[in-house]
Amino acid sequence: MDFNEPAGTNPADRGTVLGKSTPRIDGPLKTSGHAPYAYERHDVAEDQLAGYPVFSAIARGRITRIDSAAAEAAPGVVAVIRSTDMDVLGKHGMNVVPHFGGDEIRHYHQAVALVVAESFEAARAASGLVRVAYDAEGHADYDLSTHRDTAMARKAEPDQDVGDFAAAFAEAPVTLDETYTTPCQTHAMMEPHASIAQWDEEGRLTVWSSTQMVNWLVEGLCSAFDLDPDQVRVDSPFIGGGFGSKLFMRADSVLAALGARATGRPVKVALPRPAIANNTTHRARTIQRIRIGADRDGRITAIAHDGLSHTQPGGDGENSTAQTPFFYAGANRLITPRLVDLHLPEAHAMRAPGEASGLMALEIAMDEMAEKLGMDPVEFRILNDTQVDPGQPDRPFSDRNFVTCLRQGADRFGWADRNTTPGGRREGMWLIGHGMAGAYRGALTMNSGALVRLRPDGTAVVETDMTDIGTGSYTIIAQTAAEMLGLGVDQVEVRLGDSRYPVSSGSGGQFGAPSSTAGVYAACVKLREEIARRLGNVDAGSLDFADGRVTASGRSTSLAEIAADGEITAEDKVAFGEFQDDVLMATFAAHFVELAVHAGTGETRVRRMLAVCDAGRILNPLSARSQVIGGMVMGLGAALMEELAIDTGRGFFANHDLAGYEVPVHADIASQEVVFLDTLDPASTPLKAKGVGELGLCGIAAAVANAHYNATGLRIRDYPLTLDKVLEELPAI
Amino acid sequence: MTTDMTDQRSAPGADPGDRAAQMRSTVRFTVNGEMREIEIDNRTTLLDALREHLRLTGTKKGCDHGQCGACTVIVNGRRVNSCLTLAVMQDGHEIETIEGIGAPDALDPMQAAFVEHDGYQCGYCTPGQICSARAVLDEIAAGIPSHVTGDLSARIEITEDEIRERMSGNICRCGAYANMMTAILQVSRGAP
Amino acid sequence: MREFSFERAGDAGQAATLAAGDTGAKFIAGGTNLLDLMKLEIETPSRLIDVTGTGLDRIEQTDAGGLRIGAMVRNTDLAADDRIRRDYGVLTRALVAGASGQLRNMATSGGNLLQRTRCPYFYDTNMACNKRSPGAGCAALDSGGFTRPLGVIGISDHCIATHPSDMAVAMRLLDAQVETLDAAGNSRSIPLEEFYLLPGDTPERETVLEPGEIITAVTLPAPIGGHQAYHKVRDRASYAFALVSVALVRQADGSGRVALGGVAPQPWRRAAADAELPNGAGAVMARLLDGARPTAQNAFKITLAERTLAAMLAEAEGN
Repeated sequence: MDFNEPAGTNPADRGTVLGKSTPRIDGPLKTSGHAPYAYERHDVAEDQLAGYPVFSAIARGRITRIDSAAAEAAPGVVAVIRSTDMDVLGKHGMNVVPHFGGDEIRHYHQAVALVVAESFEAARAASGLVRVAYDAEGHADYDLSTHRDTAMARKAEPDQDVGDFAAAFAEAPVTLDETYTTPCQTHAMMEPHASIAQWDEEGRLTVWSSTQMVNWLVEGLCSAFDLDPDQVRVDSPFIGGGFGSKLFMRADSVLAALGARATGRPVKVALPRPAIANNTTHRARTIQRIRIGADRDGRITAIAHDGLSHTQPGGDGENSTAQTPFFYAGANRLITPRLVDLHLPEAHAMRAPGEASGLMALEIAMDEMAEKLGMDPVEFRILNDTQVDPGQPDRPFSDRNFVTCLRQGADRFGWADRNTTPGGRREGMWLIGHGMAGAYRGALTMNSGALVRLRPDGTAVVETDMTDIGTGSYTIIAQTAAEMLGLGVDQVEVRLGDSRYPVSSGSGGQFGAPSSTAGVYAACVKLREEIARRLGNVDAGSLDFADGRVTASGRSTSLAEIAADGEITAEDKVAFGEFQDDVLMATFAAHFVELAVHAGTGETRVRRMLAVCDAGRILNPLSARSQVIGGMVMGLGAALMEELAIDTGRGFFANHDLAGYEVPVHADIASQEVVFLDTLDPASTPLKAKGVGELGLCGIAAAVANAHYNATGLRIRDYPLTLDKVLEELPAI
Repeated sequence: MTTDMTDQRSAPGADPGDRAAQMRSTVRFTVNGEMREIEIDNRTTLLDALREHLRLTGTKKGCDHGQCGACTVIVNGRRVNSCLTLAVMQDGHEIETIEGIGAPDALDPMQAAFVEHDGYQCGYCTPGQICSARAVLDEIAAGIPSHVTGDLSARIEITEDEIRERMSGNICRCGAYANMMTAILQVSRGAP
Repeated sequence: MREFSFERAGDAGQAATLAAGDTGAKFIAGGTNLLDLMKLEIETPSRLIDVTGTGLDRIEQTDAGGLRIGAMVRNTDLAADDRIRRDYGVLTRALVAGASGQLRNMATSGGNLLQRTRCPYFYDTNMACNKRSPGAGCAALDSGGFTRPLGVIGISDHCIATHPSDMAVAMRLLDAQVETLDAAGNSRSIPLEEFYLLPGDTPERETVLEPGEIITAVTLPAPIGGHQAYHKVRDRASYAFALVSVALVRQADGSGRVALGGVAPQPWRRAAADAELPNGAGAVMARLLDGARPTAQNAFKITLAERTLAAMLAEAEGN
């Protein structure tokens, strides 16, 4: 199905199943421990061996020798695979740094060998016997802030230079010029990267893995092992979180496949938790200079955002300016994303890449501007709303209701009742503050395919290589098929994550929910057409599907009857047309936060959070809410605690486990409320839906930071807002 | 990397076969009411014994270092991190895992409440969360104090603050804490 | 984790006898730190002696009016004990500020005292660490090192690691004594004040325990009353190690005791600082942290300790 114009009224609009809060259909499996994750697939292959990697002890240099004799002689060891025994293996096009092969070390904890043994215990112990000698480059300077002079433009995004920023900024009566920093962050999904690999006699490879993008992993494995796509099968039905860390092939699948090839037996490999932060990807640190000029009534006349981040050579780092060309009005604009090559581990996508860190800065800057203008920060944002691309005014937003988010949020939160004097409200030992921020995240779409089977018993099966990384894909896909075929959700079986199924959008960039359900919609439309043909070539558009029956011209037939002679299948994919480039598609939210800061110690406790979201049709309000509150939790972490600590001499992340890198725990999270506006975006998909998986993370950290300022009167522009940054300036006790 | 410690591993004069035998043990314990006997490498954690030997993979390995709580199981009525205890130390113990709490078609009230209120997303921390959630209610009933308990001499009430603090040894990166809270409170009130 | 043989000891004497003369032997109880370190090959015992069955799991009254806490008493049980809650509230508060419910169900009184540092460079075997490999150097102290969580006082040029225990800070405040037994059947009682060694140029030596010597109990003197409090400051609200923690006993006349966690290689207390308590937090910390040598990253701990104590004193006075 080509999606070449905004959607009109269609069967998905009925709203009998779609749009209704629906408990996850995979919930009983997950809550009882029966959902199988990658490392646990005892059933898929007999005689599995365990692989345990050896990781580089240096950040940059060359391997001069790997002595694996002792490891090979250790009890239970079947094979040792050394990086130096082979050329650099191919990677996926999205990867920046190769995973294995050769003697070059490009980052700390790069995999340099794999020990394969009869047990996990034996493999782990023998990994400690592999001795690796290096020719290491000595101490260098891995501090981004000292490398600004080598900054270069990003290859992925051009500068935006509209009007005359310099002149407008110079003329503006009210201006702001501040620099903000965000640290490196790690995804820290709960399930480590893991794969089981097996080769068959014909040289075909099967990998049971934990990946967000099944087809990208197929492509990556083809590249690494010189295979054709039909020689590779990937299966990933359950994924214990990804947040971008599992978008592309990683070392676990490469190593498992190498181990399996060397031993002729299935091999499973999980990355040990302490190696994940440095071996895999992270969100890059950013240094952001923002300048805003406004006239006295608060209209922005000039805005500039310079965003610096780091990457391994060839990568794209973190584009913190991503939202700034589009979020607020202003005729004169200068947006300059910049990159520095730095041999830290591979910087790459983490949930809401770009906007997550960009809004951490921009939305503090907006708060600061509102204060300079003497305006309510909600009103300042409303005044500078835009319904068109500010740099290209003939390009409208497809559907933008940011102002409604702001107004509804302010009302619901009781924003008008807050104390507006920073540091002016105290309860006992606690300083109380309120803050808000806006959120913007692009609404990408990706072509997505699916196959639908109508079984002789009148129930349906959907197959697609789409993944459910906690996003609720199983359930919204079941809802979509149920809506289209007049079935109950419990009459739809959903099979995901297998490369034998049609290629889908996969999960990333909050494009998964709208894209994959559009693909299922397309396959269901095709099935409806086949049913129409079987009912005597009636007009498919006239069919009414309900309660397991289809009605055409007053005649009702059960789906079971129609498929009585055998399963009916229909496969299709949605292909999004170029008309989507003529509009700006995005999601919006307004965040409101109340928090308390301990006047003595500077400890911060968030008390309540509210997000009002505009993201088109909400397919399943129950799981969509979970996506948003989950994003808010991650954003609270970004605001208050999360930072990969760089050893700036050696070039690695020093706090590389879950004790050293703190993410929010339950005690950090109090009341959370989410409101979805009842909107539709016909330009986005046939279901008029947009994703919310990343929206909740966008802007929330700045809302926390703005509330912290309101509580303390101390403006911190360097995330995270740990207590050491305010301690010296807190009031006397 | 680590140096070769082969010399230290075999005691001088010891028969290598005897030495190898000393590195393994037979252990008997009850898992979900069933007596199990396994012969294992002494290094095997309770977590790996469950997942790899008994193939009870509902208990998850998130960090293997006591930093996440995904491996939480109940031993002799108390929740523990199964990654930080050896299987060989569990001889004679009673172990309950998520599989023993309820099955997909016969969920325990806490499991059902997690489904009803969407108290999870990716599901990987979920078995540990549910084991902890049930234990937390028991611990409060038993009067065990927590970091947020006010008067140490008074009866401890089930409050959101108490539940939050006590659930903090189970990290959920998907951030489903608020929904878990709703589920746990519902179960604590005995509501269906 | 390297291979090890495994034995169970039926009592403390048997445990000490089993361990005698075997430098590869280690006692295991809760296992919450030892197994963690064994997985990383930071600890590499060739023999483990399970001491959980030694019967040292009771809390008993002493003749001196105090309590004798068996080394195998789990942290949860110690925190929940009625006598501890009533008479040694700071100890309950410190215990429940530590780790998580699951870990406290496993960790023991003896094992908690013997926790090793959480310095990230100690934990990363690719990095130079004098505590792990004497003479190797200290990667934390090198240029660019990450020192924010590390020590500010009692440290040396060879090691700036901190002791991570909360329980030990309260026990130090309460003048606890550590009881031990060796293979010859000798027992001794070591004041906690003397139990830990400062790193100096031998940071690998952390306590005065001799090889094979086993902790059998910790004794607390008779209750001292007063207002008892423990404030642990960390970057998140729970399940994290302290940036700084302050244990306080304050009597009605303003006198009392102060001990710190998160700042030193051992629970940190000085008599001269206690004496300053009537003069306020600034006076206490001037003595308690006199001689501190913080790094640029962790200098905030000095201010934090003083402000935390000041807040606690304000609270003790009912604001």
